[in-house]
Amino acid sequence: MDAARTTDVVVIGGGQAGLAMSHSLTDRSIDHVVLERAEVANSWTTERWDSLRTLTPNWMSRLPGFSYDGDDPNGYMTAGEVAAYLESYRRSFGAPVRTGVEVQRIRTLDRSHVVETSEGPWFARSVVMATGACSQPRVPAIAADLPGNIQQLTPTAYRNPAQVAPGAVLVVGASASGLQIADELSRSGREVTLAVGDHVRLPRTYRGMDIHWWMQTTGLLDERFDEVEDLARARRLPSLQLVGSPEQRDLDLNTAAANGVNPVGRLAGIRAGRAQFSGSFANMCTSADLKQNRLLDEIDEYAASHGLDAEIGPTWRPAPTSVGRPALELDLRSVGSVVWATGFRPTYPWLDESLVDGRGQLVHDGGVLAVPGLYVLGLPFMRRRKSSFIDGVGPDAEELAAHLVGHLERSVAGAA
Amino acid sequence: MSITEATTTSVDNGVNVEALLGAREALTAAPPAARFTFSATNEWVNGTHSRTTVEKFFGLGEEQSHRRPYTVDTDHPEIFAAEDNGPTPPEIVLIGLAGCLTAGVASVAQNRGIQLHSVRATVVGSTDLAGILGIDPDVRNGYSSIRVSYQIDADASREELQAVVAQSQKRSAVFDIVTNPTTVVVEVV
Repeated sequence: MDAARTTDVVVIGGGQAGLAMSHSLTDRSIDHVVLERAEVANSWTTERWDSLRTLTPNWMSRLPGFSYDGDDPNGYMTAGEVAAYLESYRRSFGAPVRTGVEVQRIRTLDRSHVVETSEGPWFARSVVMATGACSQPRVPAIAADLPGNIQQLTPTAYRNPAQVAPGAVLVVGASASGLQIADELSRSGREVTLAVGDHVRLPRTYRGMDIHWWMQTTGLLDERFDEVEDLARARRLPSLQLVGSPEQRDLDLNTAAANGVNPVGRLAGIRAGRAQFSGSFANMCTSADLKQNRLLDEIDEYAASHGLDAEIGPTWRPAPTSVGRPALELDLRSVGSVVWATGFRPTYPWLDESLVDGRGQLVHDGGVLAVPGLYVLGLPFMRRRKSSFIDGVGPDAEELAAHLVGHLERSVAGAA
Repeated sequence: MSITEATTTSVDNGVNVEALLGAREALTAAPPAARFTFSATNEWVNGTHSRTTVEKFFGLGEEQSHRRPYTVDTDHPEIFAAEDNGPTPPEIVLIGLAGCLTAGVASVAQNRGIQLHSVRATVVGSTDLAGILGIDPDVRNGYSSIRVSYQIDADASREELQAVVAQSQKRSAVFDIVTNPTTVVVEVV
């Protein structure tokens, strides 16, 4: 058996969340270690498609003690650039990252936690799980009904159109990932059907400013988990239909359709070699248009009440989503590949089952678990709307670090 | 009545939103209680005329009952050489859809503090009998499309009412039944 390793805090995951927490702990002179299964920012280098860029502009990449200082603040980083950015962050304060260490199990003893890893056990008084919200693509059960000869991909496995089996493609899910992949496949000459459920639509820029600038400026991104009306719903909200591109182009169902994508209703079932789509497509589009216009109305009200109208562009509204006559069925004999862009779920295979609810979701209060000393970081709307953003994880890390210090002090006092 | 007739009374569409929200909370805490079974018994009368009764259903963990049994007669119209003793079954589907969506409109409006004065929906289902008569195998039996048009007089903007109607569809059982495939098993016992 390896010699026991002891520290105050074990942070699991060397991405934006783990590094932000490491910085917050370093600031507080708390002994800790960051365990990373591969390399820093691993999922950015190994689980993203080639053309992917961030949805938020470069200036919006602020982490505790670090920010973007390149020459394209209004651009959008490629996945490789994000990985390089996070590696620079790690170096900037010498984060104690141990790479190539796989966590196998967390056991809680009386006052401490044992983190069993591929390099042996770590003993710590606190553990922060910072493995992100996208550890596993969510694939619906009906995937099992697809004929076996059809290739099935997820956004973490998709790289580029050349990799996709010949034939037509069915992309399921029209949030950022699904819509971007459908658009890219269609522009590469593939016949693409896009199954569309609930989605959130917004223009890339509005009145001359990036939509995320507006969401930050109006306070939307700082909305807190203990203030929002329906937290479970806010956490389920699909990602915005946006793409980060040098020309700041819009990406919505209208632009995708103009590029040849066939949007249809939500995938409802697979019967007798045919995919069946819900007849609710029109309502999905109407709901998204209404939601979008309500947000743009709020932005206009904010601009007017803050005297911004003279400095920015005129008000406008994106064209309503064109519904057309969506197909209700697709003959799967023509389909070579199905891309499941149906969301992600975080997974904690090392955690005791009693800490997750009946649907496999971690039970936590703003990142604080019921077991003293256990924390999670980097989940959607964990403590604020921007929690899962590179730009948003910092304030969460700071607040959890403060809570964690309290726990360490209490556990010392309790032991005395 | 118009919006300018400002009223100080609170919104009342006759929907007990507090009870609905209470039920939502209670059923979140006790998922098995939320599992309901609705059932109907159908008795052939004569020709295409039959009579369906609903009375008991199961939910909240036990047998439940309507205030009294309700019966609905269905038949085909005289142009199909039938006696027209009631609506056709496809019309019953339109009735179900309209009833469900309008119940949702009232509930959502109540929850959003919107006073309704009148709500009228017209439901139009288009169908090609070449399907059920077996004339054209490419024509489906059911409606090729259904259009529901709402005329609503309420103390709210057009956009707010559109949002109420959209939300009603999102939470409607019959809208889901009509728009999505459902496994149906029919057997002879």
